[in-house]
Amino acid sequence: MEHITLLLAIVIVTALVFDFTNGFHDTANAMATTISTGALKPKTAVAMSAVLNLVGAFLSVEVAKTISSGIVTEDGITPQVIFAALVGAILWNLMTWLIGLPSSSSHALMGGLIGATIASVGVGGVNGGTVVTKVLIPAIAAPLVAGIAAFLASRLTYRIGRNADGKATAKGYRAGQITSAGLVSLAHGTNDAQKTMGIITLALIAGGILSPGSNPPMWVILAAGLAIALGTYLGGWRIIRTMGKGLTDLQPQQGFAAQTSAASVILASSNIGFSLSTTHSCSGAVMGAGLGRKGGVVRWSTATRMFVAWGLTLPAAGLVAAGSEFVTKQGDWGVAAVAAFLIGACAAIWFVSRRQVVDHTNVNDVTGDAEPAGVVTAAIAAVTPPPAGTPAQDLKANIPAQPQAADSEEPATQPARV
Amino acid sequence: MNIDWAALGSVFGVSLVATVALVGLFTLGIVGLTKQEAAAAGGGGSAVLARTGAYACFAACAAAVSYGIYLIVV
Repeated sequence: MEHITLLLAIVIVTALVFDFTNGFHDTANAMATTISTGALKPKTAVAMSAVLNLVGAFLSVEVAKTISSGIVTEDGITPQVIFAALVGAILWNLMTWLIGLPSSSSHALMGGLIGATIASVGVGGVNGGTVVTKVLIPAIAAPLVAGIAAFLASRLTYRIGRNADGKATAKGYRAGQITSAGLVSLAHGTNDAQKTMGIITLALIAGGILSPGSNPPMWVILAAGLAIALGTYLGGWRIIRTMGKGLTDLQPQQGFAAQTSAASVILASSNIGFSLSTTHSCSGAVMGAGLGRKGGVVRWSTATRMFVAWGLTLPAAGLVAAGSEFVTKQGDWGVAAVAAFLIGACAAIWFVSRRQVVDHTNVNDVTGDAEPAGVVTAAIAAVTPPPAGTPAQDLKANIPAQPQAADSEEPATQPARV
Repeated sequence: MNIDWAALGSVFGVSLVATVALVGLFTLGIVGLTKQEAAAAGGGGSAVLARTGAYACFAACAAAVSYGIYLIVV
């Protein structure tokens, strides 16, 4: 440890910051439904998730040997490239947190690596085919798989339990939901904390501190586990609110179905060898469960914004990373400049977030929030044709109603009307 | 670029079956327990049956969860 250069130290610290934002960002995956259905108190939920993440970090026996799973050629990866990639990933994580949208931390990291690699060695360093098989296909498949499973499961549970007393079953669903959420947290700890350990280990190897192929030292495991647990405990309340309340309204039955579906998909995918993103699976499961109840609705405006964010993850993180890599390449002052930029940008995002604080006290209050769910429903109602049998003159009345409804909408929700 | 459709298909199949089976079993267990309470209040012989069935369902779910933890750890 004695020969750690300043650059290496910066990379390690940045990797831990990324790990922190990862935990922060992904608490919602495990705990959003548990919090929104009231199965656990918000603080208890994030504390449980944090502990399981920490435990998960120590459970992993297989160390991430590659950072990017073959998306970029890793021979040319220098600490600078890793640093630039991390800057892109962290900023994307914080931006999406600020607007309260769940997005995949792994995709942000991959996007960062792709951008930094292109800026460093050119387009040849990126394996385009692997990007499609490991990023694009999973991003489409994960929500579908988890969504369909959650949809069928919630249908089934409503069907079987239709004669049962709601109050008597609530306790059972609560226990089931907590168990599934615990499994998701544990799996997240093993997967994602391990990713950071892999990054730090590879940086140490690239810096000549560790011999190639060695396992991460204990302090790396401990630091990565603690960073992700701390992030999880502080909770990305904005994202929890979107996942738990913004996408749809969940009852205990649906929360249980969604969380079980997410846990099954995550475990099946990581063991069968077609890895699907946790975030995408959980969001898909929540939407599927939302549709699985009779009369359940998914707020497609929020869902559309989320899909757009997923699509932008790779290019946005990549662009920032490419820019950072371009500056870091200039020498020591470049690294210092990018580090200063990162700190400044994080501080700026934090200050903006303080204007409208979302925390454990108000995570479940969606009234007064910027989320115009009712407006969209009204807009859809205005656009849909009048029920059959209505006199034709009603159509005339409908025409002025349309632009009015459109005017009152937020710009961000416009795709939902298409 | 070759997409491992077989792996994707099995992820889909396994997740679907596991989710639906688990949720179904667990719901049966919950419903069984509430039935048992009702039957016990009425003093019928079906209370024992309902309770046994419910515990069998919960045991199957617990086994599935243990297998899940096993998959995470190993």
